[in-house]
Amino acid sequence: MPAFLLLTIVTAVRILSRNRLRAGLTMLGIVIGVGAVIAMVSIGEGAKAAVQAQVATMGTNVIIILPGATTATGVRAGQGTKVTLTVSDGIYLKKRAPLLRDTGWAKRDAMQVVNGSRNWNVRVYGISPSYLSIRDWSFENGGGFTQTDVDTAARVAIIGQTVVDNLFEAGEEPVGAAIRIKNVPFRVVGVLTAKGQSAEGWDQDDVIFIPFSTAERKVFGTSFFGSVGALYASTENVEDLAPAVEQIREALRVRHRLQADQEDDFTIKTQVDIGKLQEGTSETLTVMLLSIAAVSLLVGGIGIMNILLVSVTERTREIGVRMAVGAKRRHILIQFLIEAVTLSLLGGTIGIIVGIVGARLTTVIAGWPTIISGSTVIAAFLFSLVVGLFFGLYPANKAARLNPIEALRYE
Amino acid sequence: MGEINGRQPASLIHCEDLWKVYRLGDVEVHALRGLNLTIEQGEFVAIMGSSGSGKSTLMNMLGCLDQPTNGHYWLNGVDVARLRADELADIRNRQIGFVFQSFNLIARTSALENAQLPLFYRGLPLREQRALAAAALERVGLKGREQHYPTQLSGGQQQRVAIARALVTRPSLLLADEPTGNLDTESSREIMTILDRLNKEEGITVILVTHEPDIAAYASREVVIKDGQVLTDRHTKLNEPSNAAGI
Repeated sequence: MPAFLLLTIVTAVRILSRNRLRAGLTMLGIVIGVGAVIAMVSIGEGAKAAVQAQVATMGTNVIIILPGATTATGVRAGQGTKVTLTVSDGIYLKKRAPLLRDTGWAKRDAMQVVNGSRNWNVRVYGISPSYLSIRDWSFENGGGFTQTDVDTAARVAIIGQTVVDNLFEAGEEPVGAAIRIKNVPFRVVGVLTAKGQSAEGWDQDDVIFIPFSTAERKVFGTSFFGSVGALYASTENVEDLAPAVEQIREALRVRHRLQADQEDDFTIKTQVDIGKLQEGTSETLTVMLLSIAAVSLLVGGIGIMNILLVSVTERTREIGVRMAVGAKRRHILIQFLIEAVTLSLLGGTIGIIVGIVGARLTTVIAGWPTIISGSTVIAAFLFSLVVGLFFGLYPANKAARLNPIEALRYE
Repeated sequence: MGEINGRQPASLIHCEDLWKVYRLGDVEVHALRGLNLTIEQGEFVAIMGSSGSGKSTLMNMLGCLDQPTNGHYWLNGVDVARLRADELADIRNRQIGFVFQSFNLIARTSALENAQLPLFYRGLPLREQRALAAAALERVGLKGREQHYPTQLSGGQQQRVAIARALVTRPSLLLADEPTGNLDTESSREIMTILDRLNKEEGITVILVTHEPDIAAYASREVVIKDGQVLTDRHTKLNEPSNAAGI
């Protein structure tokens, strides 16, 4: 059998190479289908990885608790408009939710910051010292707040890269410099490393952090001491996130004295939820494009079937001769199946190359990240094999079932 | 019905009460009507008859391309009427060589590969296939033409490739269906000389269908078919195995 198979493959390749245009046109559907699959999956994977990287900039296993919405005469304002979360909630949670590794809080406001003749409008966060470690921020220069800074509500600030770029001359050393936030003089003690865009799409480096106590007493001004914009927490492991969310919910409901029929006056989001939300968009797109690719592969397969049916008719006499000299049905069947598979695998291989080139071009031209995974390439190759077998079976079977006498007599 | 009557030695071909009925729409066509024929190993038989006489059906039957509706056909003692399609293919591959009127070579395939075709289905090692096919081409005088395509060969040469293809498996039976029908006189003579030599020198049984008397003259026995039965059956040369004519 090996000699037979080898010769059959050689014969198939020779027969196909005789009719290059026809073979090429037949393969086109498979080429486009496989190429589309490879390119789409690469773009999809690239987008997913980019989103994951963005989500990762939030920190590690982060939980964000936002205050609930206010309702005034039936009109509900946006999330976080109501003052329902306080610093003491945060401290309480640390005791009542044992799965939490750390808790922190922050409160923000947009204000004008001035350095010499330059000014910049920026989000200023008053934060607990734990905030930076929960969010995995690291320092490029300088350091964080000391306990003394917090206790004395010192006028010290940590600034992000975008702020550095906009407020300081190139080469000017930000650490130690004096800036004015809402006309209050502050000393810069640290510069953060860049995090880039957040999963929601805003610039995470366009930010200034000051101690929570300082923000409350000297900058923001508040009518309700201890109120926070959001509570932050983190867990040791990803698996702990979901149970930790339940612990937080129960603890806060008790602390806020909510009755069973009352809704939560806060919202809890985890890093995983946010990641899923973002991935969902790119997945929908991938599924849609993959179904287009599948249709293209189907059409390609039908093309192969069609051309093989033509080939069987054209070569009826040849089939008759082969049968007369002793070809069994399975020999004829295998011969045509191999022709189908050769077509589809060749088309698949070209399609893989086209897809990889297409993905690369997308990266170069559109700047989208793409990832070509080996498993996708192998899957595409196997899929084209299956398409060849599936759509080759009918014509091959038709050829194998020919009556040798009629086939020999065919004009 | 199918006893072998203790006929010794067993004949190469023994047909007994062979019937073939086709159904064309509502019409039943009786192509063979109880035909009896026996052919011994080493004979050179010409089968003649007008079109519609049933001689093509008989050739298909003898070549194991078709099976009888009724009756028995023993080839080398095996009742072919009872075999399955794959077993018939095996018999065609190992015991029978075909030569057709229109050569039926595979287009755009070299003479060597055409001659190699039956071995292809036998799963012999490639080297052996090549060697046997080359030897077969040499036997029909086509040494040096191995790599020629059918379109590069004359009609007579193409038919010789077809004979090489039929010979390559060393069959006991060679069936030639109007082998000279598409050839000029000179090529016809060449082809018939080769068939005659194969019969005389190698003892291959040759059965020839023709309607040309001068071609039939190469054979040593002439069987005329009419209306699906043997009309006449006579020996035309004396130097042949001297058993009785078919029953």
